[in-house]
Amino acid sequence: MPLFDSLYNFAHWLTQNREEAEDLVQETYAKALKGFGSFQPGTNFRAWIYRILRNTFLTSRAGLAATRTVPLESEDDQEQTVAVSHETPESILLEQAGQQQVQAALEKVPVTFREVLLLCDVEEMSYQEIAETLAVPVGTVMSRLYRARKALRAALEEKMREAKHA
Amino acid sequence: MPDDTWRPKLERYLDSELSAEEMRAMDAHLHECASCASDALRRLQLKRATRLAGQRYAPSTEFRRRIERQVAVKSRSRRVLLWVPVLAIAMLLLASVVTLGRWYERTRSQQLLAELADIHVADLASPTPMDVVSSDRHTVKPWFQGKLPFTFDLPELQASGYKLIGGRVAYLEHEPGAHLLYDVGAHHISVFIFRDRPEIERVFPARDSSRRVLSFHVESWAAGGLRYFVFGDASPEAIQGLSRLLRQAAA
Repeated sequence: MPLFDSLYNFAHWLTQNREEAEDLVQETYAKALKGFGSFQPGTNFRAWIYRILRNTFLTSRAGLAATRTVPLESEDDQEQTVAVSHETPESILLEQAGQQQVQAALEKVPVTFREVLLLCDVEEMSYQEIAETLAVPVGTVMSRLYRARKALRAALEEKMREAKHA
Repeated sequence: MPDDTWRPKLERYLDSELSAEEMRAMDAHLHECASCASDALRRLQLKRATRLAGQRYAPSTEFRRRIERQVAVKSRSRRVLLWVPVLAIAMLLLASVVTLGRWYERTRSQQLLAELADIHVADLASPTPMDVVSSDRHTVKPWFQGKLPFTFDLPELQASGYKLIGGRVAYLEHEPGAHLLYDVGAHHISVFIFRDRPEIERVFPARDSSRRVLSFHVESWAAGGLRYFVFGDASPEAIQGLSRLLRQAAA
């Protein structure tokens, strides 16, 4: 089955729950099979099926609850893509972080950020593919990614600090 | 060249989103600039850590089998079902090609309108029908920035009898659009705005159309690459009045 493992992984990260992830993947395949006629040959199949999954999640109860917590700042501000950062003690801690801490930090960032990080860094989608999946302009993908990485770094630093004091 | 010229490109460089020429230039710069190289390394570490941490969940064997069965059954029924419309079309072609075309368009348009009716009713039944609640169009419209791949204009409603309640993102056949809620008297009217697509244009060929679905009055038109639906249980005149204001705002 095309993309089954990746879709499940993505669904589980979105829902944070095994049963809900299974329901989400099942519904995605059902919708994809039913609406295969609407898929335009020559366009990106991966972006199409991820979009179905994401839209199904967004209209679910869990999705509605999760997206109500999205940050309110404008995403069209291209200056946000200007990344100027400096080495800090936190970034040294970041290098020492284990996989579990990164997973815990990824769980902590808002779902809007988590999904863009997963699509870019785990699924290795291009900005254009992510833009098609999320139905947003490429500029928004860039600024959202920048903010998502910043949020992930902050969450990770917090996790590392907690671990240090524990 | 100062670091500030290179640093903004670091993320795109690590995501392989720069042009070949820019990638080569950045490679060369990173060999010379320790500060940017250190920043790039730190970002690369986070990117790699995210990739490893992100590959976390695997479906169970039982679930995999369940989906395989579902896909197999659907594929078989799809293959079988493919013949049904083919035969039906062949028979109907014998009877009348024109009738078939009209029937298909009506069904599709009824399907689309029924989907919009579902959204309208479901949102009204929800304890929080709208995600942005404001009667100010200058608050509601900017809320959609970054959420939709298009923009639109909303009318000034002063002394018109209509009141803007708010908005949220809605999906029609997996395409995102704006869902705006207006009040007129005791009635709620939904306005849906989506990108106009050939699939929608086919079933709503007229630039303007007025219909009834599930007893709701519906006005629909296309303008500037967008498809508008004004939808509600108010009188046809009230629906048309709001449609007129929206058309004027978009003109």
